[in-house]
Amino acid sequence: MSLNRRGFLKAIGAIGSSSLIGNYSKAIAQEHFPGYPDRLGVLHDIPLCIGCRKCEWACKDQNKFPNKPIETFDDKSIFEQKRRTDEESYTVVNRYPNPKDKGKPFYVKTQCNHCDEPACASACLVKALNKTPEGAVIYNKDICIGCRYCMTACPFYVPAYEYHNALTPQIRKCTLCYERIIKKGEIPACVKICPTQALTFGKRSELIKLAREKIRSKPGEYIDHIYGEREVGGTCWLYISGVPFDKLGFPMDVGTKPYPELTRGFLTMVPAVLVIWPALLGGFYMFTKHREEMLKEKEIIPEKKEEQV
Amino acid sequence: MTEYEYAEKANVFQTWIKDKIFLGLSAKEYLKSLIKPFNIVAGIIILIGLPFMIIRFTQGLAAVTHASQDQPWGLFLNWGLFTGVPLASTGFIMATAVYIFGLKNYHPLVRPAILTGFLGYFFAVVFLLFDLGRPWRLPYPMVVSFGTGSVLFLVGWHVALYLSTQLVEFCPAIFEWLGAHWFRRWALKVTIGATIFGVILSTLHQSALGALFLLAPGKLHPLWYSEFLPAFFFISSIFAGLSMVIVVALVSQRVLKSQINLNQAENYDQLTLGLGKAASFVLLTYFCLKWIGVAHGNHWNLLNTSWGHWFLLEIFVFVLLPCFLFAFAVRNRSVGLTQFTAIFTILGLIINRFNVSLIALNWRLPHREFFHWKELIIVIAIITIEILAYRWIVNRMPVHREHPHYREVGLEENF
Repeated sequence: MSLNRRGFLKAIGAIGSSSLIGNYSKAIAQEHFPGYPDRLGVLHDIPLCIGCRKCEWACKDQNKFPNKPIETFDDKSIFEQKRRTDEESYTVVNRYPNPKDKGKPFYVKTQCNHCDEPACASACLVKALNKTPEGAVIYNKDICIGCRYCMTACPFYVPAYEYHNALTPQIRKCTLCYERIIKKGEIPACVKICPTQALTFGKRSELIKLAREKIRSKPGEYIDHIYGEREVGGTCWLYISGVPFDKLGFPMDVGTKPYPELTRGFLTMVPAVLVIWPALLGGFYMFTKHREEMLKEKEIIPEKKEEQV
Repeated sequence: MTEYEYAEKANVFQTWIKDKIFLGLSAKEYLKSLIKPFNIVAGIIILIGLPFMIIRFTQGLAAVTHASQDQPWGLFLNWGLFTGVPLASTGFIMATAVYIFGLKNYHPLVRPAILTGFLGYFFAVVFLLFDLGRPWRLPYPMVVSFGTGSVLFLVGWHVALYLSTQLVEFCPAIFEWLGAHWFRRWALKVTIGATIFGVILSTLHQSALGALFLLAPGKLHPLWYSEFLPAFFFISSIFAGLSMVIVVALVSQRVLKSQINLNQAENYDQLTLGLGKAASFVLLTYFCLKWIGVAHGNHWNLLNTSWGHWFLLEIFVFVLLPCFLFAFAVRNRSVGLTQFTAIFTILGLIINRFNVSLIALNWRLPHREFFHWKELIIVIAIITIEILAYRWIVNRMPVHREHPHYREVGLEENF
């Protein structure tokens, strides 16, 4: 009997250690990594943006979303409301007042920032979101189960879901035109159409140098902050601005720690619990069992004595 | 096969159905016995919910939820997963107390607790199926692609494993009902192993549900966001489970009178006081840890905001007050007050989980939508099915009562 029990406990240990510890230690072993060296990105020079929204049109065109003629995108009334990305718009431009010059508002383009260590990818339980060495964070619709944890995890409120689709709903977000860049050697559609050079595409390391140079050469026009250089551990989209970023709707409480590190501590605890609990509880159980046995002996021995008498 | 043998076999089958399913009544009598006000109300609730369930699966989540891009998790998860799972911690708590620590007095409550836990997890999975965009891909994290760096991966695996573990733990009752002696002996032998495995899994996934929100530091209000979230979720699942056992004992005494004799009712009262005492202590540790969380994040300045007042209400009225009420009730041997406090504590847990997963999440957004009324209707219908399932099982299997053929299953008989 006791052999069986021991065998069972051993089996549990084996299941625990192979299927759970093995996996987690792999995940934990991945210490902070400095990012893929040649990753690409885009620098958004906010003061140069004129709010023409041609990037929105080009994006919809590129991704074959329902689109309107490009002339209709000149309509400025759309800026009355703040908009966010959704399942049919990978990018949106919003308007913010300029505290220095009321006639020259700021326009900010929003899309996936393609984090160096993405929260969404670390949240995904089937690895449907992945950071590519080229910099893009891309999505695999064939394995996504639709839990939408990536949406909860994303600090920038970027991923959107096709709630209206009953059978094949997908997460939708900017791909940095991954297919187009890699397969044809082109640049992202939004960057290509931008008429004012508010968007610059290139290697992230070069873009940071460019941003520094812009800030240095025109100190009155830019504040000394490249948003995305250090935020959430670094993003492939970088922003420079004439006013502090909190005035432009950027989240300022995201910190500079890569998001996967926020849960790494918890995941480190997992193997410890898997080992400590069986030891501790098994030990307590042995105490309990021994006590039961002692009680039984006490009950039996007096009876036997009586029999002998 | 002769005609006689055939007839006898058919007869055996009919008797089996009559005994096991129709509670010893004929089909007609059984159906007649179902016409009671409670069943009629339950039936109406389910009938109202059914069309909305069909709409959800044929027209997508948008047809029954707000389909918010900002707040992707609605009532299905707020209730079904984040609240349902801690309330279903009953099984692991009572099994640990009785089998590991040898608190044999509590043995009568082990099976009701395990059944409550098992159904809680089972229906958490049901709610998950409603919420997932592609529910038929539920096994993908187990067989297709492994996101090992994700806390949700851990939750998925552990909920699946623990659901199976609880089924094993409940197997003795099922086999006693079916009269399968050999299987019953086998199921009893693995009790200790299953219990220890259950504690490991529960520790990890109860805390992992809190750890899910570690990825939302900017979104969850700082008073609820804390690196102690996993510990908060684990500890609160313990007092929630203890309170649930009290409530299950209470409801069973009131509603399932046929299952519980007078001796047992008195016994349940004694056990209720013991559970209340334990819950009081756990609530106190939780209350202290909550304050360490505030101190750790140095969020004292946030306490005098409207969010701060809501936070203070949660931990003073729904944590500290029940802690004192339990202690007071146990000292005065007031079973009624203990039972009331248990319900109050459960309410507090619900408020806490809704705060973390819904109310204080995305607190900075200017426009907030919580959940759609259609979602609520589906949730109420599923809860009703859960209650009916509990009653169906309790009326057939030896959960509250002992099976006449099997004497009390003590620890020594297990091995």
